[in-house]
Amino acid sequence: MSLFTDPRWGEALGHLPDYLGNHVRVSLAALALGLAVSLPLAILTRNRPAPRGILLAFASIVQTVPGLALLALFYPLLLLAASVTLAWFGVSFSAFGFLPAMLALALYSMLPVLRNGITGLNGIDPALIEAAKGVGMTARQSLLIVELPLALPVMMAGIRTAAVWVIGTATLSTPIGQTSLGNYIFAGLQTQNWVFVLFGCLASALLALAVDQLLGLIENGLRHRSPLRSGLGAIGIAALVAATLVPTMGRPSSGYVVGAKTFAEQYVLSALMRDRLQAAGLSATARSGLGSSVIFQALKAGDIDLYVDYSGTLWANQLHRTDIKPRAELVAELKTALAKDNITLLGELGFENAYALVMPRRRAEALGIRTIADLSGHASTLSIAGDYEFFSRPEWAALQKAYGLPFRAQRQMQPDFMYAAVASGEVDVIAGYTSDGLIAKYDLVTLDDPRHAIPPYDAILLLAPKRAGDERLKAALQPLLGKIDIAIMREANLRASGNDANSSPDAVARWLWEQIARR
Amino acid sequence: MPSKLAISYQEVTKRFGFLAAVDDVSLDIAEGEFLAIVGGSGSGKTTLLRLTNRLIEADGGTVMVEGEDVRSVDPVALRRRIGYVFQSGGLFPHLSVADNIGITPKLLGEPAVAIAGRIDELLELVQLDGASHRDRLPEALSGGQRQRVGVARALAAKPRIVLMDEPFGALDPLTRDALGEDYRALHRKLGLTTVMITHDMTEAILLADRIAVMRGGRLLAQGTPAELSSSSDDYVLELLSTPRRQVGRLNVLLPQSGAA
Repeated sequence: MSLFTDPRWGEALGHLPDYLGNHVRVSLAALALGLAVSLPLAILTRNRPAPRGILLAFASIVQTVPGLALLALFYPLLLLAASVTLAWFGVSFSAFGFLPAMLALALYSMLPVLRNGITGLNGIDPALIEAAKGVGMTARQSLLIVELPLALPVMMAGIRTAAVWVIGTATLSTPIGQTSLGNYIFAGLQTQNWVFVLFGCLASALLALAVDQLLGLIENGLRHRSPLRSGLGAIGIAALVAATLVPTMGRPSSGYVVGAKTFAEQYVLSALMRDRLQAAGLSATARSGLGSSVIFQALKAGDIDLYVDYSGTLWANQLHRTDIKPRAELVAELKTALAKDNITLLGELGFENAYALVMPRRRAEALGIRTIADLSGHASTLSIAGDYEFFSRPEWAALQKAYGLPFRAQRQMQPDFMYAAVASGEVDVIAGYTSDGLIAKYDLVTLDDPRHAIPPYDAILLLAPKRAGDERLKAALQPLLGKIDIAIMREANLRASGNDANSSPDAVARWLWEQIARR
Repeated sequence: MPSKLAISYQEVTKRFGFLAAVDDVSLDIAEGEFLAIVGGSGSGKTTLLRLTNRLIEADGGTVMVEGEDVRSVDPVALRRRIGYVFQSGGLFPHLSVADNIGITPKLLGEPAVAIAGRIDELLELVQLDGASHRDRLPEALSGGQRQRVGVARALAAKPRIVLMDEPFGALDPLTRDALGEDYRALHRKLGLTTVMITHDMTEAILLADRIAVMRGGRLLAQGTPAELSSSSDDYVLELLSTPRRQVGRLNVLLPQSGAA
């Protein structure tokens, strides 16, 4: 199939009004807030070296924080703030999506605006400022008539840089629940849908370019005192905002929101649940690509209505437990604990997505390795790879405690590439996921854990507190419970990792439902 | 002194850190007078000028302008009624010639029509062709034209006092001479009081009624060129003898008849 006739372009285009509208909204709000804070600060501190230095240092430090981390940090910060306002004033607000994204992006936009603002204002010939005073200008008149117009080109360059940064970085606001053009990129990377990745990158680049050019037009108009040009630029920006906002405004509110974390299995399951709700006559949308620390809080706060998590994850991260219990017992105890927060654990889907040590089948047979206990004797000659968090997780500590496992080397890898790396022999063992379709594809085996060092990771369906008594919702989801076994989930995940039109989460979800309905 | 005082410095002192830039200076300038303040760099002459319209504030002593202690006058209002010609023009590069000239009347809230008429009048006064210069930006002007615009701007709000900070210092000798003469004529025609800073004694002698000589923040001498020549101060005599010596040498070097 040619790249250009790929039906996924059409699918991508279908999401555009929603993604672009949200992207523009959050970017422009962040930019406006960033300017509203930074420009006055630049003006106030231009002649005060000490606060100016502190301010610039602060903005520089913010800039060194990776965009993704900055956005992620704002979520818990706002959650804390929301709980404080709730306790003190009895009002709360949503720490999810728009607000944290806008605040983090606004902070991110400050450095270029501040630095260029201050540089522009300080770069003015002191003789001209003296002349402004000498002809009888007040400090304010000097600022408005002389200093700002003269600093304008440098300031505008900063504003344009900030706009491009914010629009680019806004793609990273997807994991904290703000829909953006990043939804294409996150979904595309996770499901190997390069059409989506390309589409998302192109769309955000074009948006950044358009805004930059329009701001350039405004700058040009201001500099040459041409109201026509600055007017055209302003109209362009306004038109862009209107064009991207109107389609999303006209829509009815979306009803149920189905959350999904940032990997393919979650995209498929959220699409599956959304389809089930819609089939039951309930309006539903999927909110995909949420960070795994964000998604549980979002459910608790009611920003999303349902999602699938894994028992071991909540056991360790929410209950902070390090002991390990058998599958059913752990789920039962988790259910009781979650009920205290009014969160409903509706049931298990049937499969586990646990960490597992994975090797090529032939290699394992040749070395006579069936279990992790067998592996420990060979570990000193082998290397292991895991995802970015595995080696700092309690599972790894538990495995080492139970089996020793003095590996020759350990490496961190992007999960998508781990399986190919172990299949090709680049590493000897990986810490993979039991439900991953690539295990079957590359003919790998998961090693048994006879000492039960790794906790169970049953896929469990969670409902938000406000949906606790929602029987229609529960009835619509009932057919999924206990119906998805590990084999079928692996195959679904394998399909989702393909790179064609049948591998989109929506298509895989439909396939998965056909398999479930057949049983 | 028979006529009223336009400016009076009374035991004025200004320090920057430990350095006394202006050290106990007392000097009176009569209405209608053209005074030149002469001195080398660091002599305090520019500081003294800037104390007049409160671009900087004195540490000690009193500056009186038209009978009022400047400390009792709003500094912005004071600056609007005193013309100021800056070294190398000080024109705002983003404003047209007309907007530069009209800035002070505009700040005073005069109607736009009146300002436009005043701008034409001033361009004529400083001998610039209005039609071709009005809408130009300062960068499109020659140094001499820029300084003419600077003079026009200083005169725009019809001040009675004009302060000039080495106004012609950066110009070529011919332009400098012409501009000096033209300004001198304006000074007389408009009945201005002018204080001009210069480091060039020749210029001071040729243009000013009276000369004040400063060195190291102190006022060494003041008076007409003739009065100064009877000064007992070596530096003052040295300053005065330089132009004369130059004339002597020029007379030797240049043929007495011909183009010169």
